[in-house]
Amino acid sequence: MAVDNKLSNMTVNCKAPLFEVVIAGDWLMESQIPDLELVLAQLGDGSQFKQLVFSTEALGRWDSLLMTELIRLIAYSEEKDISVDTKTLPSGIQGLLALVSAVPERAGVRRQLIQIPWLEMIGNSGLHLQNDINALIIFIGNLTLSVAAFFRGKAHFRWLDLWRNIQDCGPSALPIITLISLLVGLILAFVGSVQLSLFGAQLYIADLVGLGMSREMGGLMTAVIMSGRTGAAYAAQLGTMQVNNEIDALETMGFDPMEFLVLPRVLALIFVMPLLCLYADLMGIIGGALVTVNFFEVSLVEYLHRTVNSIHMLDLSVGVFKCAVFGVLIALSGCMRGMQCGRSASDVGDATTSAVVTGIVFIVIADSLMTIICNRLGI
Amino acid sequence: MSSPCLSIKNMTMAYGDFIIQRDLDFTINCGDIFVIMGASGCGKSTLLMHLIGLHRPISGDVFYGNESLWQADYKTRQRLLRRTGVLFQSGALLSSMTLAENVALPLTEHTRLGAQRIRQLVSYKLALVGLAGFEDYYPAELSGGMQKRAGLARAMALDPEILFFDEPSAGLDPVSAKLLDDLIRSLRDHLGATIVIVTHELASIFAIGTYSVFLDMDSKTMIASGPPKQLLAESRDPKVLRFLTRGASENSSFSAIKHQGDELL
Repeated sequence: MAVDNKLSNMTVNCKAPLFEVVIAGDWLMESQIPDLELVLAQLGDGSQFKQLVFSTEALGRWDSLLMTELIRLIAYSEEKDISVDTKTLPSGIQGLLALVSAVPERAGVRRQLIQIPWLEMIGNSGLHLQNDINALIIFIGNLTLSVAAFFRGKAHFRWLDLWRNIQDCGPSALPIITLISLLVGLILAFVGSVQLSLFGAQLYIADLVGLGMSREMGGLMTAVIMSGRTGAAYAAQLGTMQVNNEIDALETMGFDPMEFLVLPRVLALIFVMPLLCLYADLMGIIGGALVTVNFFEVSLVEYLHRTVNSIHMLDLSVGVFKCAVFGVLIALSGCMRGMQCGRSASDVGDATTSAVVTGIVFIVIADSLMTIICNRLGI
Repeated sequence: MSSPCLSIKNMTMAYGDFIIQRDLDFTINCGDIFVIMGASGCGKSTLLMHLIGLHRPISGDVFYGNESLWQADYKTRQRLLRRTGVLFQSGALLSSMTLAENVALPLTEHTRLGAQRIRQLVSYKLALVGLAGFEDYYPAELSGGMQKRAGLARAMALDPEILFFDEPSAGLDPVSAKLLDDLIRSLRDHLGATIVIVTHELASIFAIGTYSVFLDMDSKTMIASGPPKQLLAESRDPKVLRFLTRGASENSSFSAIKHQGDELL
């Protein structure tokens, strides 16, 4: 295919009132082409010319690049009231020019992408926030209704879906929970040991890890993992269903998507999260034990004894309760963003992102509130 | 007009162990509007995937001119495929970009043209498909037919020698489908491109097809090839005739089927 390109060339023969444009050489996207402005300059204000004609005997190969130049030239001439004789062009070009002008631009259809001023952007995001809050309240209301229906035994959903969801967000999540919690326990032990070994109180690492994991870190880490893992999956699943009209289909078949899709997901997470939390606590304590026993001359029995003594039932229940609350929040943000998803592929991505962001924001706010409340109540 | 542009040699396609079509052997000539037809699920779209380099055949090969597509290394394959443009069934526009950005994408990637020149090319391509003025719209703001035409503008961005269409008239009303057919034909006439269409739309097949192959689902291979009108007039294969006459009932006599077919023409 190695054909040498002939140099493209566009010259002008002024035979007033005829303005003849001579086009020669190859006009291809990869070739260097002359500047059209030079030709336009010779046309001037166009008062001395009546007609634009072309001479294309020496025209070689051409592609869309020539077309754009011709379109510009013709538009310019027509603007100056010079008639254009396209018959002098090769038939292929004539056909394409006819095709281009076959569907004229509809009036008012063109628009520019405008840069929105920053003040307006702030205002817009304020309005968006209001919409978001309204949508959240409506969503919570609907969810409450379907939960109520569930407890009255009137919710329509498939139990199989519930079991699948439990399988998805429970046992399947164990490997990642194991890894993260083990490492968090390990880190807590190392960080604590720096201070405690100053006083020769390495034994109390067990207290630190045990309490830290069971009251706070176990639940929090589980929630963050599940928000990224399951919250995002919920948003993506429901968002894709929205794009494919699947949710519309369910509604026309008489199903409430809230009961059929959202309820099993929320229930699954509420059921699974406390269990995952207990598991994460255990893994964290094992991680702490690994460090303490191996590096700080504490025997395993001593470590376990301290752990059992330091953790009270209350601490465990506070952690588990928090984690159940996080579960609700994760399911809520994931499902809400999924149900609100727009109808295009990029909307699914947006929904997933905002599900994780919303989920983590909710988790952190809820955690702070609950910690303050526990502190005030002396729990 | 009759030099081979694309040849399919002894190609067998399969997903895993499941064979879709075997022993496909045909040639697409330059300047043809070549129709790949067959019932739903017979492997038409899969064949298209093999032609445009998205799926590797388990045996056989595709030749662009004289160059093999599947024996070639990655770079050669990319070079061969740059001569093609594909319009997918739903347009396959990137939804996060405007029409102008969609059409400009291959231009910015594969040419060294400046931003202003690309903008002019984009406007020209959109005007060609009747979407002048829609540069700054997002795909979601357009109707299905418009999305399809915008997809065509993107497929034509690099002035391809071969244009592939997957079910171009699916989901369009008859008038829009007719307009798209006319557009495809005039693009072939004026750009000198070769067109390969996968479709089961009889009206389109007879209106614009110059040559065709018929893929059969049961025998898993092509059972007829030729200009569509000639197939209708001369084929004696009941499957082909049933397809080309919109499944005129099987107990009706052969001549009655023929008669119905003639009316369609």
